[in-house]
Amino acid sequence: MSFEVNGQPFARGPRAGQCLRTFLRELGHFGVKKGCDAGDCGACTVLLDGEPVHSCLIPAFRAEGHAITTIEGLGGDHGTHPMQQAFLDAQGFQCGFCTAGMILTCASLNQAQRTDLGTALKGNICRCTGYRAIEDALLGKTNVEASVEAGAAFGRSLPAPAGPDIVRGTARYTFDTAMDGLLHVKLVRSPHAHARIVAIDKSDALRVPGVHAVLTHEDAPSMLISTARHEMDWMDPEDTRVLDEVVRFIGQRVAAIVAESEAAAEEACRRIKVGYEILPALIDPEQAMAPGAPILHPDRTSANRIADAQRNLAAETHGEYGDVATALATSAVTYEGTFHSHRVQHAALETHGGLAWLDDAGVLNVRTSTQVPFLTRRALADIFELPPDKVRVFCERVGGGFGGKQEMFVEDILALAALKTGRPVKLELTREEQFIATSTRHPMRVHIKAGADADGKLTALQLDVLSNTGAYGNHAGPVMFHSLSESIAVYNCPNKRVDGYAVYTNTVPAGAFRGYGLPQTLIAIEAAIDELAKQLGITPFEMRRRNIVRDGDPMLSPPPSEFHDVLYGSYGLDQCLDLVERAMQADGPQPDLSQDWLIGDGVALTMIDTVPPAGHFADATIALNDDGGFDLTVGTAEFGNGTSTVHRQIAATTLATTVDRIRLRQSDTAHGGHDTGAYGSAGTFVAGKATHAASVQLAAELKAAAAGTWLCDVGSCVLEDNAVVSGVRRMPFAELVQLSRARGQPFSGIGNSAGTPRSVGFNVHGFRVAVNKATGELRILRSVHAADAGVIANPMQCRGQVEGGVAQALGAALYEEMVIDAEGRVTNPSFRDYHLPSFADVPRTDVFFAETSDTIGPLGAKSMSESPYNPVAAALGNAIANATGVRFTAPPFKPDRLFPALHAKFGD
Amino acid sequence: MDLNTITTVAHPQTRAQLPAWAAGDAWLAGGTWLFSEPQAHLARLIDLTDFKWPALTISQSQLSIAATCTIAQLDGLACPSDWLAAPLINQCCRAFLASFKIWKTATIGGNLCMSLPAGPMISLTAALDGVCTIWRAGGGEQRIPVVDFVTGNQRNRLTPGDLLRQIDIPIAALKRRTAFRQISLAPVGRSAALLIGSLDADGTLTLTVTASTVRPIQLSFAKPPDAGALRDAIVQQITDDLYHSDIHGQPLWRKHMTLRLAEEIRRELLGAMPS
Repeated sequence: MSFEVNGQPFARGPRAGQCLRTFLRELGHFGVKKGCDAGDCGACTVLLDGEPVHSCLIPAFRAEGHAITTIEGLGGDHGTHPMQQAFLDAQGFQCGFCTAGMILTCASLNQAQRTDLGTALKGNICRCTGYRAIEDALLGKTNVEASVEAGAAFGRSLPAPAGPDIVRGTARYTFDTAMDGLLHVKLVRSPHAHARIVAIDKSDALRVPGVHAVLTHEDAPSMLISTARHEMDWMDPEDTRVLDEVVRFIGQRVAAIVAESEAAAEEACRRIKVGYEILPALIDPEQAMAPGAPILHPDRTSANRIADAQRNLAAETHGEYGDVATALATSAVTYEGTFHSHRVQHAALETHGGLAWLDDAGVLNVRTSTQVPFLTRRALADIFELPPDKVRVFCERVGGGFGGKQEMFVEDILALAALKTGRPVKLELTREEQFIATSTRHPMRVHIKAGADADGKLTALQLDVLSNTGAYGNHAGPVMFHSLSESIAVYNCPNKRVDGYAVYTNTVPAGAFRGYGLPQTLIAIEAAIDELAKQLGITPFEMRRRNIVRDGDPMLSPPPSEFHDVLYGSYGLDQCLDLVERAMQADGPQPDLSQDWLIGDGVALTMIDTVPPAGHFADATIALNDDGGFDLTVGTAEFGNGTSTVHRQIAATTLATTVDRIRLRQSDTAHGGHDTGAYGSAGTFVAGKATHAASVQLAAELKAAAAGTWLCDVGSCVLEDNAVVSGVRRMPFAELVQLSRARGQPFSGIGNSAGTPRSVGFNVHGFRVAVNKATGELRILRSVHAADAGVIANPMQCRGQVEGGVAQALGAALYEEMVIDAEGRVTNPSFRDYHLPSFADVPRTDVFFAETSDTIGPLGAKSMSESPYNPVAAALGNAIANATGVRFTAPPFKPDRLFPALHAKFGD
Repeated sequence: MDLNTITTVAHPQTRAQLPAWAAGDAWLAGGTWLFSEPQAHLARLIDLTDFKWPALTISQSQLSIAATCTIAQLDGLACPSDWLAAPLINQCCRAFLASFKIWKTATIGGNLCMSLPAGPMISLTAALDGVCTIWRAGGGEQRIPVVDFVTGNQRNRLTPGDLLRQIDIPIAALKRRTAFRQISLAPVGRSAALLIGSLDADGTLTLTVTASTVRPIQLSFAKPPDAGALRDAIVQQITDDLYHSDIHGQPLWRKHMTLRLAEEIRRELLGAMPS
């Protein structure tokens, strides 16, 4: 057999049932990615005789005698293909995991296809960008600033440092590495929603050739943990074991098979015999606290940080300011409604997984797809009783996170398998496993009561939340507390009451997801604000202006918090409302629509604390290196959030240099220091502050050294264009390198940030929609978003974060839905049946930024990656209500969901 | 994805070379569905490629589409100008949930044999009076109209070892005037209702309902129906249990969309006929 890949011949043949994707990766072409392995996402696109195909669907043997081109070979002898350059110029990527397939597809389009990109690109999913930047690449637009003078990087649209590697397919993601002697792990998963394992017969499984180990609960440490990773362990209940003898959802891991190949491990998974004692299952969260309901964690107590295990309550909260009942009884207008938010998933294109091995020094190395390497290291050290310095956790580039990787879903199994076998091991989840066995957003039922006086001032806000955390309580409490915090604190209202319950059910666990509870409650709160305004004849914008907190107002949500470190480092909510209102009123093209289409506008707002509570830490170090540039080391991870770009901008600006002279090392516990992790939008606000502090300290060192040489006042020294300058004297950094050699120690700075005090950021979204009263179809005619992110560190990237957040939220608001049947099984665990937004589904959003400068954030910046998601579904719900006169209370707002009520109101 | 239980691939070139069908066998045409889901029950693939069946053959009376003809090959067919129904081909190809990249690999036969309600090649060939030729496992051939070949959601008339050889479309059907309507929950999503109407020279109006129903359903009107007659016929002949229910559309909505799109088709084909 002979295969030609990128012009190189390969004599090795594939296995009989092997697909081209894995064959190419085995030959070392790691630019060929796996997003779904089912032909739906396009990440594995390659050219076969010059034509784009999904390599996961092509039997590898069929490529024999044909020319295969992967992303690594697209540029040929010329280096960079014009489409690769176009993606660089437009920065048509964020995490970059879809980019190879996207570029190969785009490079193949003919002129006709380029005029209908929605159709041409329906086989390529990008989860990060919202597609505007990809369209820009196809249109030949340049979004990056060409060159920026020394010391001026901050605030400019500089490109991501990994860009050239991403477009060439050489950026290394989690699985893009080859190791000798690697064993593969596959997991046996529970077919039952609730059962006790009474017997495991491993013998047939162990007889499969190539199987090294079958690991069960008898092999796993008995320590109780949470998969959720937080700086403070007390935030999550101890209710999970690495491998448990009780399974509490369909898909929970029962055993881990370690084998020479995935095929052998899969075969062993089919051969293992597990005996189950079936236990009654609880699927409906409404039944969780009912008398007689099955109890999921009967042996746990509040000592395990579970609120009330006997009532299936993972967490609860209650609080009241004022007297809501009396206020409602005497309000001029009131509104009451129940809203349901559904189960959706992050769908980062890179699945969870990693590799683990013991090195010669006895250190357990874990290379993984995580947002939290340091907290995962801490957990592994605890579980396996290893000294922290004997565990290293790191990631290179991560293919999307969105909160789903603020968890430990694979690293514990990897560690167990590596420690038990002494061999390097790999575990790569399938897309189906992502759906059935990682985490989702918390589905919530939100009951709201609200009242206002005749002037439109809020008199009362009451929320009753039932959050479904699934089988385990990872993030159950913090998500619920967060959902009831900024969402109501943003409104001045003398009487507020909240009751929240996070309940266990025998379903796939919910966890952290962009927005962290706020999108769920905003659907109800922002609807109530509109409904009160409508009764009073006030516009939605005016109603909000009369009630939002202004700079200095107390931000209150009951019960009283023990954390009092949220300040107005800056305030731009008023600007955001003005920006969106103006943009919604601006002239635009009139849609040509039939009488069946009803048109309406909707708006929603959100406030978010710039850092999670109770401490979020980051260390950074920076040193002058031998070539006069700087080595910057941070702990925070890059998964498309763009922080690698921003950290270099902060350091370059502080040190009067250019970003190309800042060499960034990141997200590796072996580098030392600590970093709580890239969650809660902390990558810029917290870790960026540490980078800034380190850079400031280094700048002071450099000035002091020069002043010492010149025997002048250090106060007269400034940094300018890669040099220390005092009057007419100038000492380039390259000369300072000589000084550092002379003193035998490099110049360096250390910075850290504790994530306190915290500031607040704001977002406002406006939609104009058309709803077809006869079909339920919805079109977005206008989409406008205003964000208050302080000084914008990188306008191009920040716009991309907003657009990506809006697109992801639109996916949840319009299409995405995980369906769980009466037995607790996820019935649609594939992208074919879980519709992620494609190019055709996402409208362009006009993005505006408030002009503020934060007194707490680094160089005036605030965080901005989670919160653009938050107001989207709420604004869409308000626009639909405005268009149709019908208040829909349960996204996704699909045509078949809208139809019955529209039909009842408008007839045929 | 890798099908790790597959140990052999057979490559017959003639019907005589077909191996005896055994449990664990599967036909491999394009493979775009086969390789998209785990197939742990399979051990052998029987590759149909080496038959080298001509993809498309046009005779005086019919267009023959080999089961292994790809979507892209059919979409690229240069149709004679008197095939008034020719636009249907591209309209149905575009109704695929999958993109043009899959069209190069996926086959017409594969789409029929999957027998999903939303299979757009089922819609196309059913509306054009296509007839399947099946090589029976025990020998011999059988001809079955496409509209009868698919019997339900992922159900058809094939028994183990049967092989769909080709679909024949009468040229007369390709010369009819047609109208196409499709709706989905997302702009380029999976079809939730796909209706094709055609008007014969003798005035017969035929409506082929797919995607909204678990199997293709054809309604024929010798005389042009008015709106009420069309509606009554649909309500009578497509009972509620025939509407498909899954994540891509609830049955009540599919029913109403069927009624709505059928009426649009009636108006398009009959022009200013009285309603």
